[in-house]
Amino acid sequence: MAERILFNLLQVAVVLIFAPLASGVLSRLKELVQSKRGPSIFQPYRDLWKLFHKDEIVSEDSSWIFRFTPYIVFVTPIFVALLIPVLTSYPLFFAFMGDMLGGGFVLALGGFFATLAAVDTANPYGPVGASRTRMVGFLAEPVFMIVFFTVSFVAGSTIPYIVQKKWVTPLANFFAPSHVLLVLAFIMLILAEGGRIPVDNPTGHFELAMIDESKSLEYSGRGFALVKWGGQMKFFVLLCIFLNVLVTPWGLAAGQSYGAVLLAIPLVLFKVFCFLLVLVVIESSLSKLRLFRIAEFLGAAFITSVAAMMTQIFLP
Amino acid sequence: MSDATKYLLDNLNALAAGLFLLTGFGIVAMRQARGCLNLFIAQSLLLAASAALLGLRYDSAHLYGVALVNLISKPIVVPWLLRRTSPAGIYTRREIDQVLNIPTALLIAMALAVGAYFVGIPLAKAVGPDARGPNVSIGIAVLLLGAFTLTVRREALSLLIGLLAMENGAFLAGIAIARDLGMLVELAIATDGLIIVFIMGVLVRAVQKQVGTTAIGDLASLKEGAAEPAADEALS
Repeated sequence: MAERILFNLLQVAVVLIFAPLASGVLSRLKELVQSKRGPSIFQPYRDLWKLFHKDEIVSEDSSWIFRFTPYIVFVTPIFVALLIPVLTSYPLFFAFMGDMLGGGFVLALGGFFATLAAVDTANPYGPVGASRTRMVGFLAEPVFMIVFFTVSFVAGSTIPYIVQKKWVTPLANFFAPSHVLLVLAFIMLILAEGGRIPVDNPTGHFELAMIDESKSLEYSGRGFALVKWGGQMKFFVLLCIFLNVLVTPWGLAAGQSYGAVLLAIPLVLFKVFCFLLVLVVIESSLSKLRLFRIAEFLGAAFITSVAAMMTQIFLP
Repeated sequence: MSDATKYLLDNLNALAAGLFLLTGFGIVAMRQARGCLNLFIAQSLLLAASAALLGLRYDSAHLYGVALVNLISKPIVVPWLLRRTSPAGIYTRREIDQVLNIPTALLIAMALAVGAYFVGIPLAKAVGPDARGPNVSIGIAVLLLGAFTLTVRREALSLLIGLLAMENGAFLAGIAIARDLGMLVELAIATDGLIIVFIMGVLVRAVQKQVGTTAIGDLASLKEGAAEPAADEALS
């Protein structure tokens, strides 16, 4: 029992420590594709370090929501990391505290507070970004629901630890149409929720075109560091759900020993790195969509997920 | 052939059919004529893959023939014919004024696909245990999606591709229902499709020459402007 609690905390530590690295590697790879040298892959850590040592300025007119939001944004991905398989293929201590829908709601809570905080300061760009995030969010949520329900329908459970084995035993299940279509839909969701390129440009500095970034414009110092780190962790957690539950549930620790669990860390990071390569290809070959085209992009994701559901539920 | 291999082939065939359905949705939603054509090519390749996989699964040389015919006629000959017959500018045109906006069209298309399953499953069951795969339902769904494309599109080339998608859907359902139809029939159908493409291509060229546009949707009235009210008055 004590071991399982320890492993669970180790999962959280892995998410905490390696989330900035993932985003650093992603931005470095993108710069390399554009024939630039790019910042070091450890730049996100330096940014966080710098921000933690800076003064924080909070507007006099903002309410408690603005002060609390960084902590909520920071803590919610950690909660989700307790629920999902990051390193082990068997359920850990907190695995049955919440299912995939519960994890989705916890992640959505962070997004909800970030939106409120953006409106709270009355910065002219904050509410614009907030309403846009809500637009993307409410278009993405039905897709999330259908993906989760189809997965649960196949596996007969909504607990991610139980779901992950269904798609690869036997291996022929991997090629089931519902599985492949769900993976396609989930990639589009990761692009939308992570604010990646066809939906939002994460490196853009033009406030009027921002979707995700403009919510944190008013934050400085420690608060900004927490918001940033929280965003990176949210992305990492989404990648873990995608890779460890939906696509490649290999490489996770099956044994209870410390060695097996520690060995799983580089394997999981390798999987994340491989997916980041795919992501770089997607991001470098597409251009950012106009705002009202996002509805069509997520409509395509919705149709894909519904097609997955139909091929599964109406299986003759 | 072991059961595991059969299961794998069934799954791969279902995957081809599922992606086939996705391309059907894509043809409804794609704006650019070139994108539509590419989706159609992908759809035909998936159809050929499904036929080949079913051929392997049920050990039927006839289905290999179907796959081969599809592999040659649709992805290669159809685009070649279209390039020869229809005007070049048509590929880069973007269709701005669809009858419905794209999310609405996609939602209706989705309802059509769900409806197709309610027709397809009893049909597949009536045919026999061997037609159990998703082919029949998805074939009917793509047939309906092609028909839907015909109603919402206003550009000549995308209309043609909707028509061809209908034919693809019928083919996908057909290879699951009647596996030994006779090569002559398949060849006749394939040639028929090519002749349709040829005639439509020439027609599009003629329309382009005559009217200066290929936006068929705008050609709703016989004569422009003043002629119409006069005709109405004459009727009343």
